[in-house]
Amino acid sequence: MNLAQALKMAWKSIRQNKMRSFLTMLGIIIGVAAVISLVSVGQGATAKVTEQVQGLGTNLITINIMGRGATTSLSYEESMSYAATPGVQAVSPVINGRVTAKNGTANESVSIEGITPEYESVRNFHVQDGRFLLPLDIDYLQKVALIGVTTAQNLFGTENPVGKKVMLNGQSYQIVGLLEQKGSTLGGSNDDKILIPITSAERLLRNKGVQSIYIQTTSADNVALVKSELEAQLDKKFRGLTTAYSVFDQEDMLSTMTSISSTMTMALAGIAGISLLVGGIGIMNIMLVSVSERTREIGIRKAIGARKRDILTQFLIESVVLAGLGGVLGIGIGVGGGSLISRFTGMTVSTSWSVVTVAFTFSLCIGVIFGLLPANKAAKLRPIDALRTD
Amino acid sequence: MSEPQRLIEIKGLRRWYTMGGEVVNALQDVSFRIDYGEFVAIIGPSGSGKSTLMNMLGCLDVPNEGSYFLDGQEVGRLSENRLAKIRNEKIGFIFQGFNLLPRLTALENVELPLIYRGVPGKQRREMARSSLEKVGLGERMNHRPAELSGGQQQRVAIARALAGNPPVLLADEPTGALDSKTGKEIMDMMKLLNSQGHTIILITHDLDIAKQAKRVIRIQDGRIIEDRGNEP
Repeated sequence: MNLAQALKMAWKSIRQNKMRSFLTMLGIIIGVAAVISLVSVGQGATAKVTEQVQGLGTNLITINIMGRGATTSLSYEESMSYAATPGVQAVSPVINGRVTAKNGTANESVSIEGITPEYESVRNFHVQDGRFLLPLDIDYLQKVALIGVTTAQNLFGTENPVGKKVMLNGQSYQIVGLLEQKGSTLGGSNDDKILIPITSAERLLRNKGVQSIYIQTTSADNVALVKSELEAQLDKKFRGLTTAYSVFDQEDMLSTMTSISSTMTMALAGIAGISLLVGGIGIMNIMLVSVSERTREIGIRKAIGARKRDILTQFLIESVVLAGLGGVLGIGIGVGGGSLISRFTGMTVSTSWSVVTVAFTFSLCIGVIFGLLPANKAAKLRPIDALRTD
Repeated sequence: MSEPQRLIEIKGLRRWYTMGGEVVNALQDVSFRIDYGEFVAIIGPSGSGKSTLMNMLGCLDVPNEGSYFLDGQEVGRLSENRLAKIRNEKIGFIFQGFNLLPRLTALENVELPLIYRGVPGKQRREMARSSLEKVGLGERMNHRPAELSGGQQQRVAIARALAGNPPVLLADEPTGALDSKTGKEIMDMMKLLNSQGHTIILITHDLDIAKQAKRVIRIQDGRIIEDRGNEP
């Protein structure tokens, strides 16, 4: 008996018992659909995070200064000296703080960043209207500001803020540029902030130390080298107090983020995999019932010349076809469910072929594994015993 | 060749079962031979061992002792798979309860032994079709067993037995589930098939049926008590 014949027989027997076959498959359908939609959501999250981190540039090193003792002890001028380190293309020190921003009666507390013109290229953050900060603004402590879209909306409504004045902690700043929309990253919203010259920020915030330094290297290849060189310099500066600073590159951030989200994906896949397993047990159960129901049929088949192997193949293929069919339906529902989730929740969902293939292969394997016991039971029946039963 | 060709030769066949710790002798030292073209009835009351004998003859079971040659081959010691092949190629079964697969059409039922033999699709359907035409069911090939009368179902079963053109037809009470008129039709068909050269072994407990065979082997308590030809 060849495979095509066996498939035909299996298909016939599945079609004869449509309701039962469907209910049997349901376990696999739900399992596969769950695996695919959950893994898609997980992978979508991973992809989103990766994209965000990579959007910041792969040749970026971030230094955070926590400081030694009560005072932060890395000034703007000192931080700019890192530009001399070999392999460094640009240095962008940042001083953060919160101020109250006012325009007429509209006021709100916003986060403020004191920056240098390098910020634009290092952070890849541009203005959509007006101009970016210039070296001149830094040198002459100009009271000019760039405004994020969300802040602009809150303070100015639909008006174009460029050229307007804004009061920051009572000091008047002129808005020279409206930043492009960036959306949120893990650090919070990029659109709800105001950027001013770092020298002005030192005065406004009464703070001489920078909190973060973004360093762009000449290429992604020498990130590790530059990083260790910077660490050595910082170590010297803070006299070996490693808690005073932290240096990490995008690679570190990426691996942290992806390990979190891939752990999440694995957990989701594990839960969904268990439901697949339960589906497999359902198939085994029904196949066992089917074997005892069809004992006479097995007897007849054996009497007219079916070998053990023929009966084994027949029942095994039946369970594999059941599982495979459930798998295909599950894939359809899973992929559809994934796109529904992304439509209604706005989550990024990415369905990869590898998940679909793995889920389908897994369901076929379940068909084989859980089909073996019933098929073997059928194949082992002795024809005279089988013919005697009604 | 004037000497008739030997189809079945059984020597010193014994079969016993252990039931609840007790040994039951179903067949004790049974020996006989059947030649090609014979029409033999094996008759005996229930419990006489004729069902056991039929299982042996049909290669559904193997003897504990003794030898069984079928078509020149010793089949008493073969493995299960080899027995399946013998059943498929050498024996056509006709059962009392027809034993058709209810979900398959008449044609598909007749095709079944050919599927297991590995006959390719087109040729298989051709063989099954001609077999059904032989038993006069050419018009009802695509009916399921439930849509056929008892006599028609038995004729499908006969067609299935004939499809692979085996050397021997083994009929176990073929008229047992039929009314006397249909039973007679089936018996007439058996006689016709025999006259066309098929060897037929008929197992029955009904003397009137047995009388229609050319030779009667009477069995009782696991032994042959009579073996004689019927007067025409």
